[in-house]
Amino acid sequence: MKNIITTILSLTLFVSCNVEKKSDKVLQKVDTEISSNTISDMSIYNLPSTWTTQNNQDIELKELQGDILVMVMIYTTCKAACPRLVADMRNIESQIPVKDKEKVKLILVSIDPETDTPERLKNFAQENNMDNEQWVFLRGTKEATREFAAVLAVNYKKISPMDFSHSNIISVFDTNGVLKHQQEGLGVNNKETVETILELAKKS
Amino acid sequence: MISLFRFLAIITVVSYSGSIYCQSNNEMTLVKGGSFMPLYGVDSSMVIVQDFKMDVYPVTNHEYLAFVKKYPKWQRSKILKLFSDDSYLVHWEDDLSLNKDLLPESPITNVSWFAAKSYCECQGKRLPTVDEWEYAAMANETMPDARTLPEYNQKILSWYETPKTFKNTIGSTFKNYWGIYDLHGLVWEWTLDFNSVLISGESRKDVDKDSNLFCGSAAVGASDLMNYAAFMRYAFRGSIKANYSGRNLGFRCVKDVDKTQ
Repeated sequence: MKNIITTILSLTLFVSCNVEKKSDKVLQKVDTEISSNTISDMSIYNLPSTWTTQNNQDIELKELQGDILVMVMIYTTCKAACPRLVADMRNIESQIPVKDKEKVKLILVSIDPETDTPERLKNFAQENNMDNEQWVFLRGTKEATREFAAVLAVNYKKISPMDFSHSNIISVFDTNGVLKHQQEGLGVNNKETVETILELAKKS
Repeated sequence: MISLFRFLAIITVVSYSGSIYCQSNNEMTLVKGGSFMPLYGVDSSMVIVQDFKMDVYPVTNHEYLAFVKKYPKWQRSKILKLFSDDSYLVHWEDDLSLNKDLLPESPITNVSWFAAKSYCECQGKRLPTVDEWEYAAMANETMPDARTLPEYNQKILSWYETPKTFKNTIGSTFKNYWGIYDLHGLVWEWTLDFNSVLISGESRKDVDKDSNLFCGSAAVGASDLMNYAAFMRYAFRGSIKANYSGRNLGFRCVKDVDKTQ
């Protein structure tokens, strides 16, 4: 009987040791992934689409690599939720300490690429005091927009020529383009979102 | 004689590889456009659907296997985590072989939206929009719009209750007015804009049209709640994510009709 117990005990020990080793390995693997320059499996930089900014520059998402990204999908003719979403973004921005500001980019992606031309986005940026390096407005093709929304789990639908209904989600990505945090809803407490950004800023 | 055999063999191989590599051997049929009132529409007005061509059958295991052979990045062990969850092709033996109890002519399932979309694009096609899919699928054997028939809805609902229809082969259900098989009765199908459905999945939330989660949600009301089968499809679409794969979720492709012809 004693023997059996010892065997079981040692087996358990052996197993748990093994488990520990395994998790060590996993951690190591993650570390090497981060330190190497290859794009992670979960990164949005795997998306090949090209976008146009409010300054009429064409960029691929992967050109944003190295910055912490805070992203939201909006459209500029929106009267209801978008002004509040934009306010939420500004509120988040205001909580980033000056020393970290240059590590973070705040990105607004249009879900209405037909209407939201780069000029319109530029006007919108100026009207909302978002016309500096930190704020990037993106407009893509209809297909790229649909795909990007799919990645963010943002749902949207055109409900009339000038209106869309859409999910209100703000997403935070690390410097490798991997999704780290999402907040859903309007005017929700953004404490966790800001904490995630600051945490990421410490590492970068 | 031997060289003749060799010649024939080469011809066969060449023509075979030509047909499996990213070319559809899947027939398509024309769906004549029109306007209709979908369950979830735009400001309760009619939705206009242009003419389009739709695959007669859902994409099969066999066809999908040819696709992943040609495009290794969509194989089970190689697909990016961004583009699929862990159940992607989980029912296959390995990257390049079906499980032995899987029929080559059964519909492919356990594929994510990204994978399905890429499959169609590689053939010069695309996934159907929700409106196109619903438009084609409101037909029964003889009518382009059979939604008012109680037996049409009953038939679809009884399929929803039948387990494991994904094990059947393509073409095993009825041929509809447009000449399309299996829109109902085999597997659920991906649509290009499945993420245009804005229902939270929690009925209490939908009742008060949670405007904090969805901007403008009050405008997206169901037009005909009697159409329970359609409601289930929309609810399903609203509940899934693009990296999701499910054992009863497959797809087929469509193509725009070239108007210059």
